[in-house]
Amino acid sequence: MPDPLLSMRGISKAFPGVQALSEANLTLYRGEVHALMGENGAGKSTLIKTLTGVHQRDAGEVLFEGKPIKPAAPLEAEGLGISTVFQEVNLIPHLSVAENISLGRQRSRFGFMQWKEIRERAERALKRFDVEIDVTQEVCSYSVAIQQMVAIARAVDIDAKLLVLDEPTSSLDENEVEELFAVMRKLCAQGMGIVFITHFLDQVYSITDRITVLRNGQSIGEYETAKLPRIELISHMLGKPVDQLADTGSDGLSRSEAASQGEAWLEAKDLSKEGVMSSFDFEIRKGEAAGLAGLLGSGRTETAKLLFGILKSDTGETSMAGNSVGNPKSPRQAIARKIGFCSEDRKREGIIPNLSVRENIVLALQARKGFINTISRQEQNRIADKFIKRLRIKTPSRETPIRTLSGGNQQKALLARWLATDPDLIILDEPTRGIDIGARDEIEELIRELQKEGMAVLLISSELEEIERLCERVWVLRDRQFVGELSDEEISEKAIMSLIAHSDEMEGSDEAES
Amino acid sequence: MSLKISRKYVPLTATFVVFVVLFGIASLRYEGFASAAVVVELFSENAFLGICALGMTLVILSGGIDLSVGSVVGFTSTFVATMIMEYAWHPINAWAVALVLGTVFGAGMGCLIHFYKLPAFLVTLGGLFFARGMAYAVNRESLGINHDLYNGLASANIPLGGGLSLSLTASLFIAFFVLTFYIGRYTKFGRNVYAIGGDEDSALLMGLPVGRTKIGVYAFSGFCSAAAGIVMTLYTWSGNPLNGVALELDAIAVVVVGGTLLTGGVGFVAGTLLGVLIYGTIQQAIYFDGNLSSSLTSVAIGVLLLIFILLQKAIVSKGEEA
Repeated sequence: MPDPLLSMRGISKAFPGVQALSEANLTLYRGEVHALMGENGAGKSTLIKTLTGVHQRDAGEVLFEGKPIKPAAPLEAEGLGISTVFQEVNLIPHLSVAENISLGRQRSRFGFMQWKEIRERAERALKRFDVEIDVTQEVCSYSVAIQQMVAIARAVDIDAKLLVLDEPTSSLDENEVEELFAVMRKLCAQGMGIVFITHFLDQVYSITDRITVLRNGQSIGEYETAKLPRIELISHMLGKPVDQLADTGSDGLSRSEAASQGEAWLEAKDLSKEGVMSSFDFEIRKGEAAGLAGLLGSGRTETAKLLFGILKSDTGETSMAGNSVGNPKSPRQAIARKIGFCSEDRKREGIIPNLSVRENIVLALQARKGFINTISRQEQNRIADKFIKRLRIKTPSRETPIRTLSGGNQQKALLARWLATDPDLIILDEPTRGIDIGARDEIEELIRELQKEGMAVLLISSELEEIERLCERVWVLRDRQFVGELSDEEISEKAIMSLIAHSDEMEGSDEAES
Repeated sequence: MSLKISRKYVPLTATFVVFVVLFGIASLRYEGFASAAVVVELFSENAFLGICALGMTLVILSGGIDLSVGSVVGFTSTFVATMIMEYAWHPINAWAVALVLGTVFGAGMGCLIHFYKLPAFLVTLGGLFFARGMAYAVNRESLGINHDLYNGLASANIPLGGGLSLSLTASLFIAFFVLTFYIGRYTKFGRNVYAIGGDEDSALLMGLPVGRTKIGVYAFSGFCSAAAGIVMTLYTWSGNPLNGVALELDAIAVVVVGGTLLTGGVGFVAGTLLGVLIYGTIQQAIYFDGNLSSSLTSVAIGVLLLIFILLQKAIVSKGEEA
């Protein structure tokens, strides 16, 4: 083995309240594409940011070309030859393509910036990737794919030796991804080392040479891509040894008779949105608990957002109780159809921190009634008290600002908000993330109760056991498409994981019936 | 697209059209309006506003705001007058010290904004009160300046031929315009200002010196305001702690009318020059008319401002669709 280009050893980094990285390692050789894999919170971004000088590591050592480095800022890392293209394209939208490539490194003659030289340099840099565009136009007038190329052109324009690509493909279509890969191969052939972060397993297997897996801030291992079966990669990422996975389906939970028969309450056919989700069919019956399983970024939340009207579908048809009703155009319309959506990001999309528990609970109900039909204070109190009692929300009073409650109780209040609207279908996106075990059991118990009352529940969760325990039907998603459907006894962690893991070629053979 | 003007230049073009239309209407209505003398007058009369607005342009391009400029003008004019008349300083010394004070004051506000991540609006609002207070602390009264240098400079005009001449204040305005134009277009500092105003997080990740640039922008605005204060003393031969009250609002208005986006990152220094000329044209037209109330200037600027904000909004949302 030649000397590594980059060697990160025992990197630790703590933020207030979290140990983001503990003793993580990463080794990269010249001319290789190295995947950095892990679920949400695994520490991928933090590791990259300590490498590029955005954060300072607390412990550990970094050798770049054999010399110890500790960049204090991205500019210093760039000076050493370490360039990064971040997840969101980091360019200045209203400046020209040419200027974006040169910004901060423009050359002046007699105190005057040489605009002509800046343009020519940009044209040369893009030509390397066979991109020919008008470099004097604003960057924001081009597609995300072109912007991505511009960002990479900027990154390698400074004789970079190491390029970090942080989820560069998340908003590209297949052809664009291929173009990007061609550029990456070209750069590798020139001796550059590339760290590639992505959620798309197919891409990992088609472009990378080796894989480092992180979980909870620790290095789980370093593998050669060709020698690591997908199922093992996933089990490393999720932290579940393959041989310990239960083969049998869930037990104990009796399925209600009604759930498995009868017509669909909501049926969606051929929903899709370009660049977001490939076409899928979906149906759910009253009293049924269905689940969406897949890795982060597989399109679970996007599916929910399409069903709820936050994202608008390009194609397809939605029907309710057998009647075609058109795809939901807005969350408002979805709410009118008695659908509720408890979002994943409690802090940003869910609770309103400074309003009281009562106000947070009646919010969706009030929104549905409109602002003229106000709910009387007495009625509000009654509703709030009912749900505080029923969901066992631990709060000093119904007038307490919701931000002072624990995560689990905030989650329950959010759930109460949707239950107050008396929905027929409730979509729960990661309802148990970041809350303690006691609260989790209570929420699971509640889901079962709702189901018994005839409500349809769509559960999105990264916790495969949770899906296994609660759901009667599971759709498995990978790379923004539905790759399989499991029902009743077929549902097991192992079955779900093998569906997530399957490559396209293997798909047909053991895909579950649909 | 058959449209030949790049989207980028639409606001600037609109500003130019507005200026030509306004000047044209005034020329048709008022005899003698369409003359070189009036154009020269536009520069002289509005030199102090223009110089403040140039500094303000870079601040707004960087995504910030500077509310302290009017107060700094007031402080500088009082300071210069008091030092010359009561402490017998040579005007050049007084000017030099005033420029340093203005620059340091601006840099100080920039540091507060950058290092403590405070909103520019509040920091410079504090600066507004502070500088106005300091102006009164230096001298409570208006004070006339009587100095040989001032007497000499009054006739230091640049002849333009045809009996016309450019006053010193107008020349200073033009000099500041050239300087700011150069900074905005041909220096790394200037381009970094655009980048920070466009997307500060990206600018940081691109490795641009965000802190240094932000502080520099407020320092430059402070420098411009102090220079505008000095121009005020040259124009009025006096210093008054009340000078430049609400001037910051006029400055912001002409910058926005000049086509600079209030959210930063988009705009041109040349637009601000046009904005000042529009402002001046309205004032001159009202002066020529003789029957119109001078408060109409405010009304007209207010209407123009609203129209331009709507225009910018339309352009920005069109850009997002594309």
